[in-house]
Amino acid sequence: MQGVSVGFAGKKIIFNIDMTLMSGEVTCLMGPSGSGKTTTLRLVAGLLKPHEGEIRLLGKTINSETDEDELIDIRRELGVVFQGGALFDSMSVGQNIAFPLRYCRNITEEETISSMVLDMLEHVELGDVREKFPSELSGGMRKRVAIARALVHSPELLLLDEPTTGLDPITARHIDQLILDLCRKFGFGVLVVTHDLTSALGIGHHLLLMEEGVISWRGPSRDWSTSDHPGVRRFAEGMISVQRSGGSGE
Amino acid sequence: MGLLSWVGRQALVFSETLGEFALFTYRAFLGVFSGVWSRKDLLEQLERVGANSVFVVSITSAFTGMVMAVQTLDQFVRFGATSYIGGVIALSMVREMSPVLTGLVVSGRVGASMAAEIGSMKVTEQLDALRTFGLDPNVFVGVPRLLAGLVMLPVLTLFSFVIGIGGGFLYVSAHGINPHLFWRSVEALLNPSDIYGGLLKAAVFGLLITISACGQGFLTGQGARGVGTATTGAVVWGNMLILVFNYILSSVLFGGIKG
Repeated sequence: MQGVSVGFAGKKIIFNIDMTLMSGEVTCLMGPSGSGKTTTLRLVAGLLKPHEGEIRLLGKTINSETDEDELIDIRRELGVVFQGGALFDSMSVGQNIAFPLRYCRNITEEETISSMVLDMLEHVELGDVREKFPSELSGGMRKRVAIARALVHSPELLLLDEPTTGLDPITARHIDQLILDLCRKFGFGVLVVTHDLTSALGIGHHLLLMEEGVISWRGPSRDWSTSDHPGVRRFAEGMISVQRSGGSGE
Repeated sequence: MGLLSWVGRQALVFSETLGEFALFTYRAFLGVFSGVWSRKDLLEQLERVGANSVFVVSITSAFTGMVMAVQTLDQFVRFGATSYIGGVIALSMVREMSPVLTGLVVSGRVGASMAAEIGSMKVTEQLDALRTFGLDPNVFVGVPRLLAGLVMLPVLTLFSFVIGIGGGFLYVSAHGINPHLFWRSVEALLNPSDIYGGLLKAAVFGLLITISACGQGFLTGQGARGVGTATTGAVVWGNMLILVFNYILSSVLFGGIKG
């Protein structure tokens, strides 16, 4: 991603962003609400086109001139997990996970699809919940199913929008571990958009801090705690003060 | 100044809505032949629009047929024109009442639910999820609904003709009119072109209902309020378009004095 800017209704949301995602590594994009994290993820996912700059992804370039057909080809090579999971609620879990196989990979053999779905459910540590509907699952299970659906067609890059938001701390750490394990096992690059600092420090090889549409800090996760950058301190202190006001007793 | 800006805002919303409808219609029609959509979803939508609307269309049509008989019987007896009652009821049902009432009923029942469903899909990012799999929501979600409206509205309207005329027949025969006379006047006054015209209207209404429902669904704003607004908008636009196009189609198909 090089010099990318985007805006809506004449107002710029993202300014001149550079970012590199590496295979087999997890990059966490952090920042307060409204800082432009999700918009950045949507740019990488090919759901938005940059107004300025370009994104080089899987040997193709996305810029303001890229047409929809090229974007469709790029999107099919990515796995995206949306904040709420975005599971199709009219379909069973099995049908949800089979969806990318049918429409991104054009697999039609039911036996192949069924075994790949079961295999993927095992990878995300869910039993055979193929017949259940998303409304019958807990929040953590829905996130796992969403991750399974995003990975079943073997994407080159996994993009996750707030994967731990709304989950209890134990389930959130399980999801973190799952993301790390899958990244190691399959070797794809991962971009996680989050404001959960614990999660980012736990799984991120690289961290990026976004404030008001600009990446204000970047570095390996080990450098976060020693950084003097005011944005980093502000974000970290914000997290601590929220924990204190929540009654942690510190 | 306040009034002027209100009028300006409404004009903008109006043109944005019409633009969205036009764009959706264009993409969906192209997608019927070249896009990816689910045949299984089409069957579900046919059931949703057609089979699930049969009961409410039956009740509406039967009572409308009877009310028409109530209104015409007294007048026709007074003028000694009882031999025309069946034909007049049949013509009214076939040309106007059945297509319009079926359209309005389906718009309220199915259009609203389609808009709410698509609106919820948008709010919960399911439409974006479809796009990440390389699918166009206008085609994948829209085409089965559009085709279901196009096919099932004429079927329901045909059903409504029969039930409506049957309702009228029951009322007049209960009031001493010769059944043979009723059906002979139906035969004499009703032409195949009236039936084709009524079915053509129904097909157009089916398209208008689904275009309004899907268009409003795709335009849904944020949150539950956005879904509510889209649902209301789908019914208001659907009904409005049905009545406007009914006038246009009636003028074209049945207008003028035929010698």
